[in-house]
Amino acid sequence: MPGKKRGKQTVVFHNPPVITSSASIVGPDEGKGPFGSYFDQVLPDYMFGEKTWEKAESKMLREAVKLAINKANLKEDDIEVILAGDLLNQTISANYAARDLSLPLLGLYGACSTMAESLLLGAMLVDGGFFSKVVAATSSHHHTAERQFRFPTEQGVQPTVTTQWTATAAGAVVLQSEGSGPRITAATVGKVVDMGQKDMSNMGSAMAPAAVDTIKAHLDDLKRSPDYYDLILTGDLGKIGKAIAEELFVVKGIVPKPFYNDCGVLLYDENQDVNAGGSGCGCAACMLCGPLLKKMQEGSLKKLLLVATGALMSPTSMFQGESIPCVAHAVAVEMN
Amino acid sequence: MEEQNLELKNIEQKEYDDLVNKVKPKPPVLKNCIWAFVVGGLICTLAQFIQNYFMGLGMSRQDAASYTSIIMIFLAALATGLGVYDELGKRAGAGSIVPITGFANAIVASAMEFKREGYIFGVGARIFSVAGPTLVFGFAVAFFIGLLKVFINS
Repeated sequence: MPGKKRGKQTVVFHNPPVITSSASIVGPDEGKGPFGSYFDQVLPDYMFGEKTWEKAESKMLREAVKLAINKANLKEDDIEVILAGDLLNQTISANYAARDLSLPLLGLYGACSTMAESLLLGAMLVDGGFFSKVVAATSSHHHTAERQFRFPTEQGVQPTVTTQWTATAAGAVVLQSEGSGPRITAATVGKVVDMGQKDMSNMGSAMAPAAVDTIKAHLDDLKRSPDYYDLILTGDLGKIGKAIAEELFVVKGIVPKPFYNDCGVLLYDENQDVNAGGSGCGCAACMLCGPLLKKMQEGSLKKLLLVATGALMSPTSMFQGESIPCVAHAVAVEMN
Repeated sequence: MEEQNLELKNIEQKEYDDLVNKVKPKPPVLKNCIWAFVVGGLICTLAQFIQNYFMGLGMSRQDAASYTSIIMIFLAALATGLGVYDELGKRAGAGSIVPITGFANAIVASAMEFKREGYIFGVGARIFSVAGPTLVFGFAVAFFIGLLKVFINS
């Protein structure tokens, strides 16, 4: 049997882990978007009955994990490990959610690429035979991210045309070695790519090269053409990042159009006040755990390449004049 | 070799910058300017009405100006607390940042934001997190101008 590694950055799974269930919880604005009805729960406000936004975000993550476990007809005790992360310092949303669930946690930080990172690692753990029931989850909250990375939320700051709106959303999937549902067949670990972009209010432009680099590596490593997939979906490049990615595809000789889109572009309506589109870990997470996996279950989508993109700077590194390093991980999800 | 690589990287980044600038939509400068002009103008007009009212009550111009500032700061703080000022700032930009009301907004927004971390390490420590630079450099400039005045007068 040949090994599981293909090319330089890609792995294929011999016993592709099954996504037996998924759950998504989103904030009020995401609920008003075009996919609002696909999410398991739409919160009426940003507090979720908690005293702080941070607690609300952690609760969203915790409840999404619980719901996913429930939908897989499992008990919380059955889960052997949670792979989770978020945008906040020391990934507190994931830490506190795992504390309340009292389950083993492997905390991750891949900024907004965390959904793909946790799926990728979870699939490796399951296919590797280390665990058979794993949860991969992530969350973001508009206000917690805003106050950590930008300004106090009540401050009257004018956004630019390139500014993206951090999604308030959490998503969780249960990965199992056996069962029915879409399977994770391959994954590509992304390189950190930095094209010297320094504008914190234009993250899409910073992340687009990382996304294209990973997609190219994935296709090269597996010797696949883009139309192998019904849909190649980046995480949160937004309108401008997506437009740039499309230009870069042409330069690199890959043309996934018209099967290419971006979660940050899809999550909100044209008339919602989000400027260049959505961003944040929850953006890719809720789109995957809501509409995409549902469409796969229904059979209207068969082969998906999810490429979640993350910008890996911190406010400190930005104030010190550093540019924005970015990463993108790709996960192939297929339904037979 | 390493130098060459660095140079190549620079060229690549420069080219990428050009691509970004080509794709990026132009900011709506005219619209932003009109919003800033109108909102900034309205804030100042309101303040002028208040000042004239106080002067009409027989106050000196200087006293009336102080009271006017206090009232404008109060109104901005109230609007921030009600969640209105940030909506205004989104559209008006400099129009609502430059007047004294913008300064009040920056302080009250920080105070509200960090209240959840307590009054000492939250509000107390972070209240000037946005307005701080204005104060520091305002004080510094005031000090040097004061110094200058002493020398010129002597």
